[in-house]
Amino acid sequence: MKLTGAQALIKSLEMEGTEVMFGLPGGAILPVYDPIIDSSIRHVLVRHEQGAGHMAEGYAHVTGRPGVAMVTSGPAATNIVTPLCDAYMDSIPMVVITGQVAYSAIGSDAFQECDTTGITMPVTKHNWLVTDPQDIPQIVREAFHVATTGRPGPVLVDVPKDISNQTMDWYWPEAVDLPGYTPSSQGEPGMIRKAARLIAESRRPVIYAGGGILKARAAEALRALAEMTGIPVVTTLMARGAFPDSHELCLGMPGMHGNYTAVTAMQKADLLIALGSRFDDRVTGKVSAFAPDAKIIHVDIDPAEQGKVRRPDVPIVGDCRAVIEEMVAAIEAMGGAAAQPDRSEWLAQVRAWQRDFPLHYEQSFEEDSALKPQYVVEQLRDSTPDDTIVVSGVGQHQMWASQHWRFDHPYTWVNSGGLGTMGFAVPAAIGAKVGRPDRMVWAVDGDGCFQMTAQELVTAASERIPVKVAILNNAYLGMVRQWQELFYEERYSEVYLSPDLPDYKMWAEAMGCVGLRVEHPDEVQAAIDKANEIDDRPVVVDFRTDSTEKVYPMVPAGGPNDAIILDPSQGEGGR
Amino acid sequence: MAKHHTLSVLVENKAGVLTRVAGLFARRGFNIYSLAVAPTDDERFSRITVVVDVESKPLEQITKQLFKLINVVKIDELAPQQSVERELALVTVRAESGTRSQVIELVQVFEGRIVDVGHDEVTVMLAGHPDTIDDFEDLMRPFGIDDVQRTGRVALPKLERQAPRLRSVSGKVG
Ligand SMILES: Cc1ncc(C[n+]2csc(CCOP(=O)(O)OP(=O)(O)O)c2C)c(N)n1
Ligand SMILES: [Mg+2]
Repeated sequence: MKLTGAQALIKSLEMEGTEVMFGLPGGAILPVYDPIIDSSIRHVLVRHEQGAGHMAEGYAHVTGRPGVAMVTSGPAATNIVTPLCDAYMDSIPMVVITGQVAYSAIGSDAFQECDTTGITMPVTKHNWLVTDPQDIPQIVREAFHVATTGRPGPVLVDVPKDISNQTMDWYWPEAVDLPGYTPSSQGEPGMIRKAARLIAESRRPVIYAGGGILKARAAEALRALAEMTGIPVVTTLMARGAFPDSHELCLGMPGMHGNYTAVTAMQKADLLIALGSRFDDRVTGKVSAFAPDAKIIHVDIDPAEQGKVRRPDVPIVGDCRAVIEEMVAAIEAMGGAAAQPDRSEWLAQVRAWQRDFPLHYEQSFEEDSALKPQYVVEQLRDSTPDDTIVVSGVGQHQMWASQHWRFDHPYTWVNSGGLGTMGFAVPAAIGAKVGRPDRMVWAVDGDGCFQMTAQELVTAASERIPVKVAILNNAYLGMVRQWQELFYEERYSEVYLSPDLPDYKMWAEAMGCVGLRVEHPDEVQAAIDKANEIDDRPVVVDFRTDSTEKVYPMVPAGGPNDAIILDPSQGEGGR
Repeated sequence: MAKHHTLSVLVENKAGVLTRVAGLFARRGFNIYSLAVAPTDDERFSRITVVVDVESKPLEQITKQLFKLINVVKIDELAPQQSVERELALVTVRAESGTRSQVIELVQVFEGRIVDVGHDEVTVMLAGHPDTIDDFEDLMRPFGIDDVQRTGRVALPKLERQAPRLRSVSGKVG
């Protein structure tokens, strides 16, 4: 069967099971947009290519399937660099197809030419420039394989226009041909037994669960491990939902804005069982002062993570689920729960920290009371189904959302962790809703973030993707303001945004959404109820929140985690 | 020279593979001391011999990150004692009538070859251990070096450590 390169590309995407892609056409990708009309693949037309990338990420976050985005050459390719980098940092499987000028014109500074594979090399797991239409099925197959196996990540396929127009003989490759790519998934049995022994000797262990748990679909295995051993679990920003917050062993989020118990339990632990986590600086604080007495078991599918930051006592390279299941079996073989040492003292200590230093904020309901952002998050939490998907931007609102939500299911939290990309929330929420139309999807966004990608709500309105957006409108680039308040003597430099400009309610309505505004704590519930009822278009709620509220606890950047600062009303804490 | 290590990296012979390797070094903060690339006897693969400064980052991180590149098939770490290392240099040195014979004599001692002769200078080709080439350069310097071009080193593992069995069977070596 003869196909054009363009037809072969779309057919290859279909063969890979692509049900939806996010994109925007242009000159170099024109040939590929033609067969889309006849394809089973749904195409979501975005308003900016960054939106296409974040939508693909949001889709991948909640479905576990690779997100697919397609854009043209030059400025469109550069517009999608941010999502590629975001997906690279957070190990999100994503396949991006870019158009390119004709292969014969490459290197001539042709119209809308840019060195897309060169630019994206550092932010993709791998990329390909297609030079022969006959290679298209093979490359697409390899692209999906690389994106979804091992440590997942984004890949890019750059397709010159003449290659799309040329014909090829259709085939579907039986196998990939990647002699240099053999990710290992099974952990080394000897190491797993060694880990089981270390666990059995440990008096003050903590499980340090990271995003790898979700990538490996290992939430159940993690739960089995924690319950069998009775070891408490912290869930990093990337792992919120990987272990239920309502579980008695769950300590919640560690790190720079982690809660006191999660941070301190890691500091005092004699063993950290790091599962799919990478000792990010936002978790460790000053590395040399991080968990000083702890031995380390480190399970990660990426061998380069072992020892990158902290040298493990037991390194285990492998897929988190496979390794944890083996670990559970090894512990079982050593006597299971009954053979674990008595850790009641440790658990009592953890309980005492939880009791004495909970997350804290105060909402009052006087006539002139400012609306607390944490109150908004908690009201939202309590007024939505518990499998609601929450998507956040980057800043204070992100930390409040992560701290105050109760994540009881995996894949209900979508955020930009590693890159910290403002503008992530709106498009990622749209992608998440496309992937899980059965779920309620709420974006908790900042006013600054919202202004970066809000135009994608036009996409959502026209495609009838009913996402809901809560803007925690504090009229500031709040997180930066917080640092200026605390570390720059309240010298506020270029952080004020204004609560009224733009008028978020009118803006939302102009984009085909329902716009609501809340100024007083008493109005919160009614607005949420109203938003929850709307299911035929997006809703934006402009919550006017207290500009001066800060995120606590906080470990100052680069400082040791022992120097954790609590909300001032809680005094000096347990230091 | 800072503490160095030689990596022999077998890569797929694909467009851009050198950029991938070099780019990785740059963005991970690894320093390259020298680099040589050539096809192998199997046309699907090339070999990159790269000398890295292991004071910048631990070697283990360098090799692990390198190995994550999809086109990297195999990496051999060649510690100096465990490898045969060679480098080639072209050196253009002043050789006026008064000093020419001294230059030629030294070239012969180092088993180099004069590959080009000008009015008052010669170009010498020298292949050998990188340290030998360093020594040669030092000895030529007083005559006046006009130009030096070195290839960067290539290396392979030393044989006797790789194939002890073969040695005992043949009964010859050792
Ligand atoms: C694209 C991008 N630019 C700048 C930053 C730096 N930054 C981090 S948080 C933040 C403020 C975000 O403001 P807003 O969305 O209003 O959230 P808030 O902190 O007020 O909740 C900024 C500017 C960033 N993370 N991403
Ligand atoms: Mg703000």
